[in-house]
Amino acid sequence: MNKADIALELKGITKRFPGIVANDSISFQLKRGEIHALLGENGAGKSTLMNIVFGLYQPEEGEIHVNGEKALIDSPNKAIELGIGMVHQHFKLVEPFTVTENIILGTEPKRGMQTDIKGASKKVKQLSEQYGFDIDPMATIDSISVGMQQRVEIIKTLYRGADILIFDEPTAVLTPQEIIELLEIMKRLVAEGKSIILITHKLKEIMEIADTCTIIRRGKVIESVTVADTNPQELAEKMVGKAVNFKTEKQPAKPKEVFLEAKDIVVVDRNGKNVLNHLSFSLHAGEIVGIAGVDGNGQTELIEAITGMQSVKSGDILLQGKSIVNHTPRSISESGISHIPQDRHKHGLVLDFSVSENTILQTYYHPEITNKRGFIDVKARNEMATRLVKEFDIRTPGIDTRVGSMSGGNQQKIIIAREIDKDPQVMIAAQPTRGLDVGAIEFVHKQLIAQRDQGKAVLLVSFELEEILNVADRILVLFDGQIVGDTTPDTTNEQELGLMMAGKYERGGTNEAK
Amino acid sequence: MKLNEIFKRQSLFVPIIAIVLGLVLGALVMLAGGYDPILAYQSMLTKIFGSTFDIGEAIRTIVPLVMCGLAVAISFRAGMFNIGVDGQIIMGSLGALIVGTQFNLPPFLHGLVAILVGALFGGLWGALVGYLKATKGISEVVTSIMLNFIALYFSQFMINLFMLQKGTQRSEMIHDSASIQVSWLSNLAGGARIHWGFFIVILAVIFYQVYLNKTKWGYELRTVGLNPHAAKYAGMSVSRVLVRTMFISGVFGGLVGAFDVLGVFKYVAISSTTSGLGFDGIAVALLGGNTAIGVLLSGILIGALTYGSQGMSFGAGVPGEIIRMVIGFIIFFVAAPGIVKLLFRPFQKKTKKKV
Amino acid sequence: MDIIANLLNGTLVFSTALIFAALGGLISERSGVINIGIEGFMVSGAFFSAVTAYYAEAAGFGAFSPWLGLIGAFIFTVIFSSIHAVASIKYGANQVVSGTVINILASGSTFFLVKMIFAGSAETPILANVFHKVRIPYLTDIPFIGKVFFNAYPTTYVALALVIVLHFILFKTPSGLRLRSVGEHPNAAATVGVKVNRMRYMAVILSGSLASLGGATIVLTSNSNFAYNTISGQGFIALAAVIIGRWNPIGAMLAALLFGLAQAVKDQFQIFDFAANIPTEFFYMLPYLLTLLVLIGAVGKSRAPKALGEPYEVGKR
Repeated sequence: MNKADIALELKGITKRFPGIVANDSISFQLKRGEIHALLGENGAGKSTLMNIVFGLYQPEEGEIHVNGEKALIDSPNKAIELGIGMVHQHFKLVEPFTVTENIILGTEPKRGMQTDIKGASKKVKQLSEQYGFDIDPMATIDSISVGMQQRVEIIKTLYRGADILIFDEPTAVLTPQEIIELLEIMKRLVAEGKSIILITHKLKEIMEIADTCTIIRRGKVIESVTVADTNPQELAEKMVGKAVNFKTEKQPAKPKEVFLEAKDIVVVDRNGKNVLNHLSFSLHAGEIVGIAGVDGNGQTELIEAITGMQSVKSGDILLQGKSIVNHTPRSISESGISHIPQDRHKHGLVLDFSVSENTILQTYYHPEITNKRGFIDVKARNEMATRLVKEFDIRTPGIDTRVGSMSGGNQQKIIIAREIDKDPQVMIAAQPTRGLDVGAIEFVHKQLIAQRDQGKAVLLVSFELEEILNVADRILVLFDGQIVGDTTPDTTNEQELGLMMAGKYERGGTNEAK
Repeated sequence: MKLNEIFKRQSLFVPIIAIVLGLVLGALVMLAGGYDPILAYQSMLTKIFGSTFDIGEAIRTIVPLVMCGLAVAISFRAGMFNIGVDGQIIMGSLGALIVGTQFNLPPFLHGLVAILVGALFGGLWGALVGYLKATKGISEVVTSIMLNFIALYFSQFMINLFMLQKGTQRSEMIHDSASIQVSWLSNLAGGARIHWGFFIVILAVIFYQVYLNKTKWGYELRTVGLNPHAAKYAGMSVSRVLVRTMFISGVFGGLVGAFDVLGVFKYVAISSTTSGLGFDGIAVALLGGNTAIGVLLSGILIGALTYGSQGMSFGAGVPGEIIRMVIGFIIFFVAAPGIVKLLFRPFQKKTKKKV
Repeated sequence: MDIIANLLNGTLVFSTALIFAALGGLISERSGVINIGIEGFMVSGAFFSAVTAYYAEAAGFGAFSPWLGLIGAFIFTVIFSSIHAVASIKYGANQVVSGTVINILASGSTFFLVKMIFAGSAETPILANVFHKVRIPYLTDIPFIGKVFFNAYPTTYVALALVIVLHFILFKTPSGLRLRSVGEHPNAAATVGVKVNRMRYMAVILSGSLASLGGATIVLTSNSNFAYNTISGQGFIALAAVIIGRWNPIGAMLAALLFGLAQAVKDQFQIFDFAANIPTEFFYMLPYLLTLLVLIGAVGKSRAPKALGEPYEVGKR
């Protein structure tokens, strides 16, 4: 093969962090004009590797060759100079700035002493039109959708003349329709001669769009394969290192009486918009209901409305027939609702607290923990923590360990242990597997199903369709603050759900659910 | 504002090295200025330990510093930066002064009531900051600065209104019955102004330790300080915790004011500025890592250094302000342990090579 | 009319130092570094301006010496601002703590030096040459307006000019865009090649020097020397002005003017008959009470730079 056909080559890249080898002698080649997928679990070392390519980290060993020539990439500036651009998973956009300001930041055109915003806007508009992005250059970032924000990230790289584009988990935040559009955009980019590295853990996307796939596990390259010659099952096994069972094992649900019922609830945001728009649904004992939908369609508000963290303007929420609407979070928690919050670092845990201090977060005021005079019974607290650590197999050096120093999976186990131990009637699980590895995901799913089998009602909110299809017994689709679909995993598929999530199609929904 | 990193536990190594480095750096400054650092530190120690009177007066300097340290520390632990201790002190003084001059009560009881009213005044003044933060979301930094000045002038207004000693720039004296000096101890300490505050401050340190680590309210306070979102999720009333914490902080500040009036000066002078003790309290709290024992120890250190600095100009002709610099250096090294480690790295490498 | 003109003119006089200090606080906080140390920088500026001007006077610079005083304050305060910068940027020290250290170090060392240099005296000698109000031909003669705006110390004009310059830099130039991006989302800035820490170093150093001009102004216009009480709380007032002014130079200036106005009112309202019965303390209290009430009544919360107080870490989200 001609050297010039290789856009980017990594040779033996090694990067160590205290206590961990993030990248262990990684090598691979990106051919010009191909889409090369980098597949691996969370924590496999993909992001570290790309941060090295992009000049944010320096490798301890190894070489990087760009267009056949050895390159020292010691800063993002250098990467940009070499024609490398990165579309980050967590967008690197300054929210109060406009689209144009974000795009030109770092390479601002000048007119006299001033920034030439007008000229820059024109160029942005031009690029936007060339690739069919449809972006308003003068809009501020916090006023445009997530999909649009990603396009700003892409234009940012193109504006700088990037030939090699790195996409880091680009579909994680997109609707199915937006994903389709993104894949189209990527194909167009390749057709124009760009080369793309796609970092992902989603097998479907790889099968659909990538030419080559390099699998990374625990910092090491397992294999580079031609996508046409492989299948999802094989890729998954290489990624995880063992046989993977796609289907979560469970018995059919045996739903009983209604435990939780939302009746025509309305929640308004600060601007007076209905973020939950006359929403109704019911949740039965012994079933898992999955709420599917794209982030930002009212999921957060729905959870917060049920758990009392957000006030409801009108409508009613009944727990076993009794109204709990607009009660305090504490009284709702006391009446039998447990909540696994979607952001465990923000809401679920106090990272600087020990394991035992975190286990009492929801029950610290109970008489078993706090006596009548307001003192906490440390012995009782530690006994509770020790018991939960054992029952839920939380891997920790001890109950006095700072939670912030533990792995994401074990952190989530603490929350789940705490919430299940409350013995609730209803369990609300929001994004319970986000950022976890395969083993931890399996654990979480098993726990949810076990709750269901004990006759509890489980509400699972997730942005991952696969998770919903796997775990839920019934699926409600949330779009624009309303339930637009009510179906079951056996009678639907990703395509149909995708259409409903985008608001293009309705089935069942609020009216039929009654 | 992220205050969390202040709470991170660190070994005793860093503060001790910081203190040594601070003193050494102070000595270097003195050398550069043409002074004799050894003589200066000697005169400082003599000033602190020279007589029972000095020891007593040194402790008198330490008491308010520890109290102010606790006042700042407890608000830090709830995630708030309270620079309003100065104002709380003034309000505490005012409350104690009013009771001390306007009421007639039996001895012991009079002092007790005056202290309690002073503490209450300070507490309410602090709670106001917490309330404005909790309900209006106004930065506690701004409100406490404003309230410092408002307290200053409000207190002057009240004194001028009905408590002014005619022809002077100070208030009337408090009634003898309201004095909280402990005369037998004072006599024992050669006349040093020893008062109830010596014992109350110990109770305050114990209270701080127990309240924070053993009680339900303390657990709520720490949760709010480390992660207010998690506190809300756990059903805690963040507003209530903020107001409650600032009330306690204010009580600590108010007590300092009450001690000054009832145990030391017996009157309140009309001054154009606040005492600045609250700002020293920030230093004490930071050096003490916002823990009870840490605040106690750092209060003792800073108080002793401050009192001893008076002896330096007398004994060695060195301006006592050098001690302010030393205190600054110490906190600087505690705040940036990386610098301490950097200074020690060459030594560590050498020892490793030898092994 | 005359009284009002005097009042407004007085406002400008009292506000000047606060405007300098607030601009200093603003530029640092816009870059994401909290600056509680403004008070210390003002102390430093007051001290170095007094000393520089004193020696300039002795060297025969005459009327030019206050200008050298300003420059001295601007330059020498870098000693303190670089401490704050290194501690909070390079060593990731808590910025509130670091700022507090600045306040302690600045007051401690300057008073130490005053006593050392001036043989135990607690104050610097009175300067013979300080700034005087300048009259601008024709403009000063305009009725009312001339009296209000064109009869001020040169430092006032410098301060007002700086407000405009800083506003222009922040919102119209590439450097300003970068500075703001560093304070909002340092990792985003880093990925497009902005040198986050270099930006912050420059901002903090400049912050100290700007604030020092505030301290210098007080020495070189109204006080004529440096003493322990020359700076007593103005730095914290300036900090409040930054927050009330929502981290915008013009907003901060308006807030500083509000404080200045209240100060002027205090000095001049007592000559009215009807005000004679109002206790003076009320006037002293007024600016602070007013600020508090404005904040309580203000609709919507002010929005601080998002990354304020967070040390920059490579690779963080």
